[in-house]
Amino acid sequence: MHIQNDYADQIRLISGSQDLKCMKCGRCSASCPQYEEMDVRPHQFVSYLQRGDIDALMDCESIWKCLSCFACVERCPRDVKPARLIEAARLLRIRRQSDDEFITPEQVPALLELDPDIPQQLLASVFRKYVK
Amino acid sequence: MQKIGVFVCHCGTNIAGTVNIDEVVENAKHEPGVKYVAEYPYMCSEAGQSMVQKAIDEHDLSGIVISACSPRMHETTFRRAAARTKLNPFMLEMANIREQCSWVHKDKEEATNKAHALTRAAIAKVHHNTPLFPGESPVTKRALVIGGGIAGVSCALDIAEAGFVVDIVESTPSIGGKMAQLDKTFPTLDCSACILTPKMVDAQFHENINIHTYSEIESVEGFVGDFTITIRKKARSVDMKKCTGCGACYDKCPIKKIPGEFDEGLGMRTAIYTPFAQAIPNVPVIDREHCLKFKTGKCGLCETVCAPDAIDFEQEDELITEKYGAVIIATGITPISLDKFGEYAYTSPDVITSLEFERMTNAAGPTKGELIRISDKKKPKSITFIQCVGSRDVAVRSKTYCSKICCMYTAKHAMLVKDKYPDIEVNVFYIDVRTPGKNFDEFYRRAVEEYGVNYIKGQVGKVVDNGDSLWIQAVDMLDNKQIKTKTDLIVLATAIEPVKSVRNIAGMLSASIDTNNFMTEAHPKLKPVESPTAGVFLAGACQGPKDIPETVAGAGATAAKVIGLLAKDKLITNPCIADLDPYYCNGCSACEKVCPYGAISYEDTEINDHGKKAIRRIAVINKALCQGCGACVVTCPSGAMDLLGFSNRQITAEVDAICR
Repeated sequence: MHIQNDYADQIRLISGSQDLKCMKCGRCSASCPQYEEMDVRPHQFVSYLQRGDIDALMDCESIWKCLSCFACVERCPRDVKPARLIEAARLLRIRRQSDDEFITPEQVPALLELDPDIPQQLLASVFRKYVK
Repeated sequence: MQKIGVFVCHCGTNIAGTVNIDEVVENAKHEPGVKYVAEYPYMCSEAGQSMVQKAIDEHDLSGIVISACSPRMHETTFRRAAARTKLNPFMLEMANIREQCSWVHKDKEEATNKAHALTRAAIAKVHHNTPLFPGESPVTKRALVIGGGIAGVSCALDIAEAGFVVDIVESTPSIGGKMAQLDKTFPTLDCSACILTPKMVDAQFHENINIHTYSEIESVEGFVGDFTITIRKKARSVDMKKCTGCGACYDKCPIKKIPGEFDEGLGMRTAIYTPFAQAIPNVPVIDREHCLKFKTGKCGLCETVCAPDAIDFEQEDELITEKYGAVIIATGITPISLDKFGEYAYTSPDVITSLEFERMTNAAGPTKGELIRISDKKKPKSITFIQCVGSRDVAVRSKTYCSKICCMYTAKHAMLVKDKYPDIEVNVFYIDVRTPGKNFDEFYRRAVEEYGVNYIKGQVGKVVDNGDSLWIQAVDMLDNKQIKTKTDLIVLATAIEPVKSVRNIAGMLSASIDTNNFMTEAHPKLKPVESPTAGVFLAGACQGPKDIPETVAGAGATAAKVIGLLAKDKLITNPCIADLDPYYCNGCSACEKVCPYGAISYEDTEINDHGKKAIRRIAVINKALCQGCGACVVTCPSGAMDLLGFSNRQITAEVDAICR
């Protein structure tokens, strides 16, 4: 099963992950050091993408638990790149936020009052997430 | 002026679906020299062929063009049809409007135009065709088998039984190959050596079989029916005629700690050794790299104890040159190197390959058949088998193909362990269990149902050697659980690959090889045991992963094909060979240098040049050796060389017609 939808294709585009190559051997899950912490397991990431169930992927806890150690990418015999897929899901999750969930320039002075030591880079990185 | 007939085939809808046949027919009618044009749904059918024959006779045609499929498919069919008439079969050309036209185009107009252009080109070529007459070449009634494993041995036996002499060349000191290393065979669990050694003995004593062990192919010349091959018999340092195989030499040899190849490095051998007890020939070899006599000049104990005085430190490599009609490549496979599979901790003595496991369960093996951990010599409490190690894997370190035999031998191993030691826990991590074959799936199910082998759908991600045990992290995909557990022994179902030397052998024989170094068949379905090079045949796992029954069945098929060739007294040769115009030849020798078949030599020849007689040094073509490759034609600086059936005039006429 190979579902085409916008989010699924975006994940494929961003990650370069080729979900159809997966032969469900489980070596990604066997290699994952964070397996126990995850609600959706590495080998399931690929199935979710194949099914086009991207909302579930973006809402799962696992995308925040992945350490990006890339053990799954290294061990995968089919070059599916599960960790990169997760990274793409994380990115889409952030992009999916509605605009008012992000910081606006007007809010910056208040933040600086709260913590004058807040690093400039952090503010800049928050702005960078206004990706269309 | 030729009287040409053009026959356009529909090939059902294969051609007619994309090409407008009527238009091709109409266009062909207006080509110069065309006297007759016809079309038919299946020109290759009997009715189609007789239509061609009838037209040749009725319209007194001097040349014909068949616009149909690739000449690879049916050129022979139509040439045979032409030969049944008064027409010389080489007055026929095929225009390939299927593989090179209808099958590769979608647009009907484009395809029709191309079909017309290809037909036009073939018509233009036929204008310059001349009748050609095939020659004959001799057949040497002797076959050479490269590789003395079960494939080579059974193929050689079948050929020898038909009455032809067969030589087997084997690179190791004994025939037997990988099968000799195995303990039991699936799915019958019969002892591998017990069924193999009688075959080896049959080969040894067969009057038509000569066995050259510890030997390699040095060089190859010639072609189908007439190969001249030189074999290098490496110096054994033991006189094969004198040696009685008593074994006193290796009993006394002081160098005893060389990892033995036959035991996959688990057992030790001496510097003078026979690889295994039933080795054929039962004559040891001296491993000169490790022998004290060769390293330091001292020792010579083996010579002292050898009663028949067979030890010969002075022995040199011997070159044997022999003529053969056919060559069979049966070089087989070997497990891949696991150097780059760090996650499985193969460096640990208790992580072994399946072939090493075979040696460990074998009564003649390094542990006398006792299942122990190499590290502490203790019996393991649990064994973990990991499938698909290096198979079905796109990484550079691995092989993309399925190694085919692993599922079955792992089921066998698991069953053998459980049978001998029911208390050992056996786990098998698999991706898929693939068991197509007679009684294969039943065999695997027996491992699960009768012997209680625990099959886990999933893979092992990491192995760590803790010293007293091995720690593994794996996954059970059906339970969706990660497994972190200890095990005592790990067996890796290692991918198999062709032996390295096959590249060199294939190169010498001009036989083609694929990206994985497996030999390529002439046709994957219809010529499964022939290489695309005439006279070179294939047997066994050098073609791709195969189990023993498949190998033996295939080797029998190979033998049948070889016997078919050797039974002929003469071979009909292709008349499309090099042709020299002596008046243009300037004697430069350029063609002689490029000829891959050694078919060109230079001789002083009397030339009558417009009444002026002169002796000139010019090229002479050996018609039996020339294979018509055309290398000389493109090399000749003076345009003296041409290729019959593909002359420069014919080819330029074709190009002109296409460009018209």
